[in-house]
Amino acid sequence: MRTRTFWLVAVLVGAAFFGLSLLAPNQYYFQAGYKVLQYVVLATAWNILGGYCGYVNFGSAAFFALGAYSTVALYKILPVPLPVLILIGGIVSGVVGLGMGYLTLRLRGAFFSIATLALAVVVQTLITNWDYVGGSRGAYIIRPMRVPILGHYIEYLYLIMVVLCVLAIGIARTIERSRLGYGFAAIRDDEQAAEAAGVPTLRLKLVATTLSGALMGMAGAPLPYYVTYLDPASGFNLAYAVNSIAMPLIGGMSSWLGPLIGALFLGSIQEYTTVAFSSSSGLNVLIVGVLLVSFVIVAPNGIVGLVESLRWRRR
Amino acid sequence: MSATALLEVEDLSKQFGGFTALDSVSFRVAERERLGLIGPNGSGKSTLVNCLCGALRHQSGSVRFAGARVDGLPAHQRTRLGMARSFQLPKPFGSLSVAENIRIPLLYTVNARKGAHLDAAALERRCHELLELVGLAGKAMGRPRDLTQVEMRKLELARAMAAEPKLLIADEAMAGLSHNEVDDILALLHRLNEGGVTIILIEHIMRAVMSFSSRLVVLVAGRKIADGLPAEVVRNPDVVRAYLGE
Repeated sequence: MRTRTFWLVAVLVGAAFFGLSLLAPNQYYFQAGYKVLQYVVLATAWNILGGYCGYVNFGSAAFFALGAYSTVALYKILPVPLPVLILIGGIVSGVVGLGMGYLTLRLRGAFFSIATLALAVVVQTLITNWDYVGGSRGAYIIRPMRVPILGHYIEYLYLIMVVLCVLAIGIARTIERSRLGYGFAAIRDDEQAAEAAGVPTLRLKLVATTLSGALMGMAGAPLPYYVTYLDPASGFNLAYAVNSIAMPLIGGMSSWLGPLIGALFLGSIQEYTTVAFSSSSGLNVLIVGVLLVSFVIVAPNGIVGLVESLRWRRR
Repeated sequence: MSATALLEVEDLSKQFGGFTALDSVSFRVAERERLGLIGPNGSGKSTLVNCLCGALRHQSGSVRFAGARVDGLPAHQRTRLGMARSFQLPKPFGSLSVAENIRIPLLYTVNARKGAHLDAAALERRCHELLELVGLAGKAMGRPRDLTQVEMRKLELARAMAAEPKLLIADEAMAGLSHNEVDDILALLHRLNEGGVTIILIEHIMRAVMSFSSRLVVLVAGRKIADGLPAEVVRNPDVVRAYLGE
């Protein structure tokens, strides 16, 4: 499929998906759907750096929370429409991604991952001590009850997340089929050989960290409007960091489809267990852990890889 | 030495901590020359290649390529200028197909140069031509892990060639290969040289080096101890001593 056709199909699928969602019997479905879709964006964003380039980022929560906190900060200065906030959240996290890349990309493997983890801790500490955005007390966001045309505000938030999903998946797929995607793959396989083949590895890695960070920030920007009360413990929740790694890993890291499948699958299970049992039991985290271990052993290339190898065998 | 040197290396030195890997190495390579670079294990051959290609930074001295200094440039820019290398241990892009392995340098070197732009069809054609050249056309869709040792080395050479280099540095492209396989690779290198590519061959297999090179440089413990016609160099008492002992 040509890239342009893919974008068109993605937009149509997104629109159809949203249209179908409107049939949902009550608001809860939007509430739950938003959460799952948010993970689709996060997982897709993580995969641009982790799956395509092979750099495992443990600091997803920081980029996500930076997006959320730029919304909080702006909310206190002047009321701007949500799409603008998302754009700004994306820029903030993108710039931090660029900076992190510049500082850490000379590190490889586990050392890079540890550095990203450290970054997350540093950012969280800074935000916790920044009184303007509520510090450790947290911040309240008062969201409108209703929006024109759609009705409930949650439906608007849900629509925005659908749009972000289409955007993130479209970008991921465009990269895959482009010169950039080949360069990323070369970096993942062997950096020295990539340089010898003319690939400007440092520059490409910076593109990846910036893009990945920006998309994570965009996923986080609407969060304050979703939760209406944001504190560092929830914004920087470990679940974001763990899920954004676990979802591509379980879905498959080689293409855009993997993070999508992984996020839908894992996100839905988590939402189900949270509601069916209790959110405080930790059962949802246990499920992620068990699935992650099983997939690493049984299907190291994720669901997509598993299906591909089954199809290969049948031929 | 000819005035139109393609590569001029002057007083190149490289230390790793207190260990001197290269000690003021100087030599020139003329256009279309076939230079053999030999030396015992640990004599600094691979370090020299890495310094020439930009994988390592040397401490002092200079490297000029086609008249311009390339010392400070990162490896990918040197490749774009026309220096290509193959690796001693083949480093294929394992998750990509054999054809895609060739596509990377086409996209990032040929298409990155001014003037040239290969469209999708031209890329496809060029990949096929290069694989044909090394006899891997039948494996284009396969993965590098399914290739044999000799095929892997051919892929390594094809990938270096895809960058359309003026200078090809083949770092032990034949180590561990059988007699016939060595002849295969030598024939390939000869063909490339006839097509106008200058070649530096780093090799342990003396039969290959002697038949291929028009000139020989010998490194021992990071120093150049001989430079000249192959037949003369191998009779040089210093070289004999380095290889066979006193």
